[in-house]
Formats: sequence, structure tokens, C-alpha cells
Amino acid sequence: MTKIEEFIEETGAFDCVECGKCTSLCPVANLNSNFAPRLIVVKAQEGLESEIKRDKDIWSCITCEICNDMCPYEVDFSGFIQRMRVEAVGMGNVPVCSEAGAVQTMQRITSMGQKQNRLAWLTDDLKVREKGDVYYFTGCAYQLGILFHDKASELKEIPANVVRIMNAAGIEPVVSSKEVCCGHDQLWSGEEVAFIDLMEQNVEMIKETGAKKVVFSCPEGFRTFNIDYQGFLGDMDFEILHISEFLMDLIEEGKLEFKETDETVTYHDSCRLGRHAGVYDMPRDLLDAMGVELVEMASSQEKALCCGVNAFTNCNEASRQLQMMRLLEAKQTGADTMLTFCPKCVIHYNCLLSMEKKPIELEKIDIKVKDFSNFVAEHLKEGD
Amino acid sequence: MITFEPRIVAFCCNWCSYAGADLAGVSRMQYPPSARIIKVMCSGRLEPQFILRAFELGADGVLVAGCHIGDCHYIAGNEKAKVRVEMTKELLDVLGVDSRRLRLEWISAGEGSKFAETMQNFTEQLKELGPSPLKEVI
Repeated sequence: MTKIEEFIEETGAFDCVECGKCTSLCPVANLNSNFAPRLIVVKAQEGLESEIKRDKDIWSCITCEICNDMCPYEVDFSGFIQRMRVEAVGMGNVPVCSEAGAVQTMQRITSMGQKQNRLAWLTDDLKVREKGDVYYFTGCAYQLGILFHDKASELKEIPANVVRIMNAAGIEPVVSSKEVCCGHDQLWSGEEVAFIDLMEQNVEMIKETGAKKVVFSCPEGFRTFNIDYQGFLGDMDFEILHISEFLMDLIEEGKLEFKETDETVTYHDSCRLGRHAGVYDMPRDLLDAMGVELVEMASSQEKALCCGVNAFTNCNEASRQLQMMRLLEAKQTGADTMLTFCPKCVIHYNCLLSMEKKPIELEKIDIKVKDFSNFVAEHLKEGD
Repeated sequence: MITFEPRIVAFCCNWCSYAGADLAGVSRMQYPPSARIIKVMCSGRLEPQFILRAFELGADGVLVAGCHIGDCHYIAGNEKAKVRVEMTKELLDVLGVDSRRLRLEWISAGEGSKFAETMQNFTEQLKELGPSPLKEVI
């Protein structure tokens, strides 16, 4: 059995009955008539290797998993695309990366064995440890905040803010400068070797800290540990938690209090946290506990629209259309702010908002896009 | 013992700095042969990725050279380069690559001697800093 046949079996793509539900719901297929998830699967089943070499469509997929959710035969399309991309890169079919690939390079550089200054955000008032039960995986939010300083500099504040929230609840998390990027972007842009390198370093590093719980503020890191690391290495001996879940536990124990507010927000389910990892309720419960009014967008939870770009590859006209559609929905709710956990969603939406020539008038989509963790930190009632 | 000879990737703009390097050459000025010059049409063409990739592939230092502020052939490309280089320096520090390994200089077509001097003291500085930390593992 060839590698391609193997993952056609494993992802269930073989079960595809060509009903076309995926294609009718796919946001990319809606905008680009040449693209169809069903077609990619059919081509692969026919075993046309030359097709994979030339096919640019596998990079057009935004891996939002709407198709996975709706498929009556439970075909794992995004898993299929992920594996297909690794094969394609091996054959020389590479993606067009945003920023000429600076994000991927930056992430690969973290794994090169030098002494990183990864905790540059750590100020004296924040309490952290070298060993302990709770590890906070900061991810690359701080670095992305530097790289996209003109669009989303607020991302630089995420790690410090998350530690501040944890400190307020009496928790001193472990953070490490030996942490490397989680490898999400490598895996989804087909660089499996680089991904495995990053994964092994991270798992080794977390073992050394002796952590029992690993908390993520970034949905991509959460998904990558939860699904991909455990898929490659088997079950981890630590618990993998998203910050929303972790904070809800603390709130229930009465350890966190929030300032009173009359703000109205809307919440964007990023695809990694929502459809990929199935976390829908916790962020909503969190807003409820904070006393913030939530107005849902027309399509939310399983049906949430996507920011249009994955792993910083293939940002194109369709991506901008998707961003515009989402911002239109957000604006229509009448909320002051759109919150999301995913740093990349923040970048992509702000990218559209900061464009000189927008596909639509600014006032129709003009809503503040903000990171959820930063929002929580701002509303924290700090200890007396 | 093998002495350490730094490898520098120098991005020079077509209109000023590349001509400056040329002048240094035709004037037979002496400077260390440590740089590999890459001509770009404007220092504003430079993306953070070019710098990051150079370091990833084993450069010990990266020099970005362009026209003096106000002299850019494309009006304000060098101002964009300035912002990008500053941001990339911050990123390099976080990544554990000393930001002194990245240098931005304004060298006009008439400043052959400035080009030679820059090469001289950048090479010396890199010798003091030693090989790039990204190279040791390769």
C-alpha cells in the first residue's frame, strides 16, 4: 500500500460517497468554482500522483473543518488535506506563504538549539516558576506581535496578561525559554520533518518541568498538542487544557473576580478551538461569569465562518472575501468588540481592516477585533 | 586552529549602496572579503524573511544598505526598510540571535570609503561576537 492509499484509508476518505455536502458547504468552494473538497478526494482515490504534484487546490483549502462536521460518512477531510500536503511538498508542490514565509522561518529558528530570549515579556511583577504543576504554553503570540506590529501589536501582551490572570488566582505557572513553537504551521504547510523536531523538543521540555497540566491560550497550540502530538506520540502524561476551561474552574472555585462592565461583545469561534477541538461553551460561560453581554453572530459555533487563512499560506482574494463576510456579521450584531482566542484570527481580520483599498466601505465592517485573554486581563479585579 | 571568518550577507540597493560598493572596488580600497552582496532594487524591497532566512541558513551577520533618508530613488523605500529592520532586530533578540548581527547603514554611491569602513568594523564586531548561535548545531 502506498502512503497515499494508507491515509485515504485512515482518514476515511475511502468512504466518501460523493454526495457533495462538503462542497456545497465549503466557504472556499462558494467563492472559487474551481475548488471542491469532493474533487480532491476523488482524484486521490483514482491515484493520480501527477495530479497531486500539480494540484494547487490542496493549498486553497482553509482547513476550517466545516466539511468534517457536516459529512454524513465522517470523512476526516482536514486530516486528509494535512497528510496530502506533506506528500505534495515531497513532490515539490509547495504553498505560497504570506510574508514570504517569515512566520514559518521564525518558528523553525526556535528549534535550532540556541539560547532563546523567549521570556522577554516577563516583568518583575509577574510570578512564574521553573518547575511546578501548571505549565503555561505561551506559543508564538509574542513573536507574532512583533512581526505584525502594524496590525496586531496587542498580541505582545498576551503572555504577560495570562500570567497576570493566573497570579490573581494564586497560581504561579511554569514558563520556559526552552519552549519552541508548537509546529502547527509546519504541519499544515507540509513540513513534517520540521514539525516532528519541534514536537519532540516541546514534549521533552515539558517532561523536565514535571508539569501535570499544560494550559494554552492559543487555540492552534491547543489543537496541535491535543490532536497532532497525541496522534504521533500516543497519549501525553499531562493534561492539555485550554485557558477558557482552566479559568472557568478557577471562577467556580471563587478565585477570580471581575470589574463590573456594560460592554457588549460578540465572540468569534476560531476553527481550531471550535470545530477542531470542540470548545464552544467555555468561552461563552466565561463571558457570562464576567458579566459581559454576548451577542451572537448570524453564524456561530459549528457554523462559524473562518478568517480565511491557515498556517499563513495561500492568502488570496477568497481569504479577503471570507474576512469581509465575517466582519460584516460581527458589525451587524451591534457589539463594540469581536473577541477571539486565536492570535492569527486577530492578525487576519486586522489585516483587512488596515488595508488601504478595502473591498467594502470601512463603516460596514468597522469593529474592534480583540484577543480574548487580553480582554479578560483588562476586566480583572486585582487583589487589594 | 581554524580562525573564525564571519560570513555576512549584504543586501545593497541598486541605486546607492551597490554603486558605493562598486566605487570601493574600483578605488582599490582594502576591506575584508567577508560579505556576499545581494543586489536589491531598493532597501524597501527587503522583507524580514530575507534576514531570517539568511540567519537560518548560517549567516553570521546581515547588512542592509540603502540610500540616505531623503535620497531614495523610490521616494521612501528606505524609510520602510528602517521600520522593518528595527522590528526584525527586536524579533532576533527574542529568538536568541544577538540583534547586533543585523546592521542597517545608509551608503550613497559616492561613499566607497564608508562601504569599506562598514565592512571592516562589522567584520571585526562579528569576530568578537563569534559564530552565529544558529550555526553550532548544523
